Amino acid sequence: MELDNIEKLLEKYFEATTTVAEEEELRRYFSKEDIPAHLEQYASMFQYFNLAKEERFTKQLALKPKTNLYKWASVAAVAVLAFGVYFGNDYREQKQAEKEEALFAYNQTKKAFTLLAENFNKGTQKVAYLKEFEEAKDKIYNND
Amino acid sequence: MKQAEFLNVVMPFKDKLYRLAKRLLVSSEEAEDATQEILLKLWAKKKSMANYKNVEAFAMTMTKNFCLDRLKSKQAGNLKLVHSNYKEEGTNLQNQVEARDSLSWVEKIMEELPEQQKMVLQLRDVEQYDYDEIEALLGMKPTAIRVALSRARKTVREKLMEKHSYGIG
Repeated sequence: MELDNIEKLLEKYFEATTTVAEEEELRRYFSKEDIPAHLEQYASMFQYFNLAKEERFTKQLALKPKTNLYKWASVAAVAVLAFGVYFGNDYREQKQAEKEEALFAYNQTKKAFTLLAENFNKGTQKVAYLKEFEEAKDKIYNND
Repeated sequence: MKQAEFLNVVMPFKDKLYRLAKRLLVSSEEAEDATQEILLKLWAKKKSMANYKNVEAFAMTMTKNFCLDRLKSKQAGNLKLVHSNYKEEGTNLQNQVEARDSLSWVEKIMEELPEQQKMVLQLRDVEQYDYDEIEALLGMKPTAIRVALSRARKTVREKLMEKHSYGIG
């Protein structure tokens, strides 16, 4: 009785007119141990289908998007840039101040040297008088 | 959509994608790569995923197209897909199939079927999809599906009978 039914279902199965439920019945029937010899050839088919459904995708899925890396890289880049601008400006101001100081010192020194030179010239003029005195003295002594 | 949410959506059918890919590409490594590729593509589209009525069907169609493209480009490059599924420790399926010779015959017979019959047989007899779903997935007419399915089943039966009568694998 059940065998009749199975044979009918098999016929329908190969014409592709069985429903999913009927196919399920076939699969169940052929997963049993005691199958009549003339139907045994079909067993491996249905058993294989059952087995094939057990196969699993086991590979680990790496989903973490790469965009995150870009995000953090850009944050870091902006930080470095801001750091550079902030401290770079400070550094430049410091340099400027140093330059001004040096210029001031240079000018002061120059002034001092000019003053020295002027006074030195005055000294030389006075020495010229002394020379005159010497000449006059020589005349007097030579006349003797 | 968060990663966990996405995984919840994808979990129930990721194995189906893999099995379809493996049916078409034969090599389990190739199938794994293909499945990963599809899942990453889905992940990239996660924002619009809510608009799809049936994410599973969409993913299955993507897998089908991806694998067929892959097969085509391999053929164009005059390369044959080489599979090295022989020394797998992890998948006990392979071992079980090997253990029962006649079951591995079925697998080999299925490998030789034309692509369309392969897919129809896989979707119907392994995954138990309805005809409407298969129509949508493969973009085939109902009659064409039945014809392909009937042919595939009969071919498997015939080849199995041949092997049985010769008694060799």
